[in-house]
Amino acid sequence: MAAIETPALPRARRTDHRTRRPVVTPEGVPLNLFIGSAGMRLAALIIDLLIMVLVLVLGAFFVNWLGVSINAATVPSLLMLFAFAVRNFYFIGFETGPRAATPGKRLVGLRVVARDGGRLTNEAVVARNLMRELEMFLPLTFLGVSETGDMLEGWATGAGLLWALSLSLFLLFNRDRMRVGDVIAGTWVVETHRRKLAHDLSTAALDATVPAFSDSELALYGEYELMELERVLRRGDTEQMREVADTIRDKMGRDPVGDDTDFLHAYYTALKSRLERGLLFGKRRADKHSAG
Amino acid sequence: MSTRFESAGFSTRRFRAEREDDWAAFETLLARLERGSTRNLTTDQLLELPVLYRAVLSSLSIARATSLDAALLDYLEGLATRGYFAVYGARASRWTRIGAFFRVRWPAAVRAVGWETVVIALLITLGMVTSALLVLRDPAWFGAFVPEALAGGRTPDATRQFLATTIFERQTDGLHSFATSLFTHNSQVSILSFALGFAFGVPTLMLEFYQGLSLGAMVAVFADKGLGVAFAGWLSIHGTTELFAAALSGAAGLHIGRAMLFPGDADRLTAAAAAGRRAGVVMVGVILMLLIAGLLEGIGRQLITDTATRFAIGGTLLLGWLTYFYTPRRGRAR
Repeated sequence: MAAIETPALPRARRTDHRTRRPVVTPEGVPLNLFIGSAGMRLAALIIDLLIMVLVLVLGAFFVNWLGVSINAATVPSLLMLFAFAVRNFYFIGFETGPRAATPGKRLVGLRVVARDGGRLTNEAVVARNLMRELEMFLPLTFLGVSETGDMLEGWATGAGLLWALSLSLFLLFNRDRMRVGDVIAGTWVVETHRRKLAHDLSTAALDATVPAFSDSELALYGEYELMELERVLRRGDTEQMREVADTIRDKMGRDPVGDDTDFLHAYYTALKSRLERGLLFGKRRADKHSAG
Repeated sequence: MSTRFESAGFSTRRFRAEREDDWAAFETLLARLERGSTRNLTTDQLLELPVLYRAVLSSLSIARATSLDAALLDYLEGLATRGYFAVYGARASRWTRIGAFFRVRWPAAVRAVGWETVVIALLITLGMVTSALLVLRDPAWFGAFVPEALAGGRTPDATRQFLATTIFERQTDGLHSFATSLFTHNSQVSILSFALGFAFGVPTLMLEFYQGLSLGAMVAVFADKGLGVAFAGWLSIHGTTELFAAALSGAAGLHIGRAMLFPGDADRLTAAAAAGRRAGVVMVGVILMLLIAGLLEGIGRQLITDTATRFAIGGTLLLGWLTYFYTPRRGRAR
């Protein structure tokens, strides 16, 4: 869970537009979904596989214990059924739940959604996960076969493995990071976006020693720079703050004196107030290059 | 004019202060909803949910238009997205859904892959006939069709007596695990043949034909020793269900392959998703059928050793499935 809670830094105006997929709610409000990266998917998968192995091992111990106390001969059958159930129903079971995510996905911060923005149906979850048979387990079977020494068989196995891998790695070759299972189920895997509400920076007590800003000093920057400034303030790295403060002071022609944090806070508050007032009058200033 | 303090007009501080309680309340409800079902909420909370959801959406809209507080926008966007999935992802009660699945959706989906089912059934039959003829003429073919692990000693070299015991004797414990491994193997093959449909259905066709081949070879082995009918009875008790499930899973795979090759008016991705969802419904049912087949194999076959009774059960089941799936009914499809 740590991965979800630590980044207090906002990323509402993320520069990475390539992973953004807007969805318009029935109320007419556009929401942004962000496609989970291949790395996140891999991490989630590894966690899930580890859990599956753990469950299998624990289950094996349990079945064994159960079998010994009841009827030892049924142990192999029970084990086979158990492994079958885990292999086929682990993903389906969790993804049909209210969070639409396996433990691995939850830990990494992912969930499954329907591409059309509608509800995620059970059959879509079943379809996307039964496809794992093709994507995960098929390459493994080719690996298993390749130990026979036959030349021709070796080539055939190699070709088969290559083909199977091309299906497994399908996700890397499309912008939506869809597995084969996602394609046929009509699903996406998107980042869950769970954040605490960070405090309002502009309510921090202002230090009166910072001289007020003139209009031209406030006209230097736009929304983009304001958001960057917010990011810098929230990170609270003194080195970085000095650098930023100096840059701003330099542009204003002020002397680089006084406390950096106080200066930046004051400037942030003043700039934000000015830009927000502009918004009320229908004036948006995207960044320092656009006309204010 | 210098600006030290926030002047008249929009104030993020006031905006937050006025609405923060609503957001927190919505977050609490969401957390509860995500932990389980709607049953975790009281009636009052359920009624409150859409109200709070719309309040959050409206807060988001206002904040987007008037605020430059990135943390606030980020938080609201996240909350609204979570709320969107919780509110619109909510489904009818589980029992209603299960009812609708069995009454309407499953048979409808099976009928939607009707042509594919016919193709697969013909293919399995063709495979059976081919291998049966080949093995009857030359038993050496057997090894090519049935892997040793799945044969379990039931080869052309086996004695009539041994073959008869595999059919009529109550299964000993060793055979029990063999039956389980056959069941899990066959189920896995069914699921694989569905998944292979993605490759335009070609590997599905190959796999289903191969399944027919190994079945035909087994039939030939028993028929050669005069146990053909008995074997068919042994097979039919669970086999009608299991083979039907195998054919349906192949058909579901083929359906996807066909949609990807010939998407029709829709674009390929949309067509694949639509076909995939139909195939998904079929597959939910297939898994159920495989479980039923597994139970029949584990229990029924043990208790019932009379060939005629076996045929009766297998035949009844087949007839039952056919009637259930294919009798026309007044559509209440949603």
